[in-house]
Amino acid sequence: MTITLARDKDAPTDAERRMASPLAIRGLTVSYGQKPAVFSVDMTVRAGHMTAIIGPNGAGKSTLLKAALGILKPLAGTVTVLGQPMAWQRERIAYVPQRASVDWDFPTRVIDVVLMGMYGQLGLLGRVRAKHRAQAMDCLERVGMTDFATRQIGQLSGGQQQRVFLARALAQGADLYLLDEPFAGVDAATEQAIINVLKGLRDAGKTVVAVHHDLSTVRDYFDDVFLINTQAVAEGPVATTFTQANLQTAYGGRLAGAQMDALAETLVGAGAGTGAAAR
Amino acid sequence: MTGSEFVPLSLVPILIGICVAVACALPGNFLLLRRQALIGDAISHVVLPGIVVAFLVTGLVASVPMLLGAAGAALVAVAAIEAIRRLGRIEPGAAMGVVFTTMFAGGVLLLEMSDTSSVHLDVEHALYGNLESLIWLDATGWSSLWDPQALAYLPVELPRMVAALVVVALFIAVFWRPLKISTFDEGFARTMGLRTGPLGLGLVVVAAVAAVAAFDAVGSIIVIAMFICPPAAARLMTNRLETQIAWSVLFATLAAVIGYVLAGYGPLWLGAQDSVSAAGMIATVSGVLVAGAALVGPARK
Repeated sequence: MTITLARDKDAPTDAERRMASPLAIRGLTVSYGQKPAVFSVDMTVRAGHMTAIIGPNGAGKSTLLKAALGILKPLAGTVTVLGQPMAWQRERIAYVPQRASVDWDFPTRVIDVVLMGMYGQLGLLGRVRAKHRAQAMDCLERVGMTDFATRQIGQLSGGQQQRVFLARALAQGADLYLLDEPFAGVDAATEQAIINVLKGLRDAGKTVVAVHHDLSTVRDYFDDVFLINTQAVAEGPVATTFTQANLQTAYGGRLAGAQMDALAETLVGAGAGTGAAAR
Repeated sequence: MTGSEFVPLSLVPILIGICVAVACALPGNFLLLRRQALIGDAISHVVLPGIVVAFLVTGLVASVPMLLGAAGAALVAVAAIEAIRRLGRIEPGAAMGVVFTTMFAGGVLLLEMSDTSSVHLDVEHALYGNLESLIWLDATGWSSLWDPQALAYLPVELPRMVAALVVVALFIAVFWRPLKISTFDEGFARTMGLRTGPLGLGLVVVAAVAAVAAFDAVGSIIVIAMFICPPAAARLMTNRLETQIAWSVLFATLAAVIGYVLAGYGPLWLGAQDSVSAAGMIATVSGVLVAGAALVGPARK
């Protein structure tokens, strides 16, 4: 193994990578009360890729996302989108919150929720015209929900609600998609539909970042991983970063042996990967 | 009833009742969906000490000082609720409960200790208002509506209440879309650059404008009822916010008209001698409307 001390002249510097990144976070610290939920986190998302944010419960995954979006006010740190402050780039960002974060009894229809994603286009008093409705229906079509356009949102199943949220994000017409646990509590068909839409976005050059809790699907769904447990643990392509060692660091031994064994197939590096190869 | 009797005696109270009911019901829809319905209740209670203090300072029961005093009290209350919630780590509902009961009680004590016997300001007035006394003595019939001389003596509460209704309706109309988005999904609203904090505060301020303007005419009971009852009944009639607002305006109007008529004539029909409080009857009718919607409304669970 050789260690290169001199930097390759063609490789971008950290600063250059951050400038080009659709989401670059530096020194982000967020706290509820005394204890920081996210502490001094750096993250540089690769453009045109799908990144999973993973870590144990209470590791600050959602908090990281919300602070990056400006929903929560961080104690310290900066968030840039393509080199500019996040607040200047809002129209390039779409967000899918956790499904449970809203009241689904709210008196509104599926199509109205999707139209909410078009506030950037419509503004305060702009009229909803036929082309806006057509655009909203197109977004519903992409998640397979056109038949439900005029349903009250409270009548939907969990998976259908999640698809509507995704359709609303699509209506935002963004370059960067941030999703908070998009697969939590949805049926298999919905999970497949959502991942297909997300991969379609990625293939169209968009960037997708999702808080993800199912370690067994990380390898199939994502290109990159970001491991966090209050502090950043590791960041990089799944192939090199989604390792047993990194997971043990992130989960702090909370991942039981059995869970580790079940994951062995998909993990890279120490033990699991090489063991499988030897057999 | 003829115009010569109806216009001077009943027209103005009914119009004021409708304006009060609609002005409170409009922001009430959003307060209800935001689980902040008690804010209306709180506001209608806390304005009392503000009005009493304004009277003690100026010695007048005039609309401007009263409105300023009430607005000041409402701001003090909003600040106190926020302070208790944050410093005391008490949940918002309880924080409101603490603030509005304390301030209302303080207002009642102030009222009892100060000499207000010479003016129309007492505890009863604070609760029921004086809707029935807002008569238009200069009117002689429907033709008075086009008579500038008679119009000059229209009770001042009517234009004041109409102005409050216009302020409320304009706010809801202009900020309709942000209000709807942020009430449904506040986090999402913020990612789109909507300033949800000032928007929520604006909604509370507008509700306070309605409550303060209504307080003088109809007292606090009807204000509490109108913030909650018409929107609650309307929610049971539809699953669309736009339609819910329309229903709430209809229910508010119905409560005001039916309540006023029942208060004035109901007891006579039953053989009793006196009429009862219009404000109390309007509030009661609005409660009955909620009960009816809960029984037969198409969107109930």
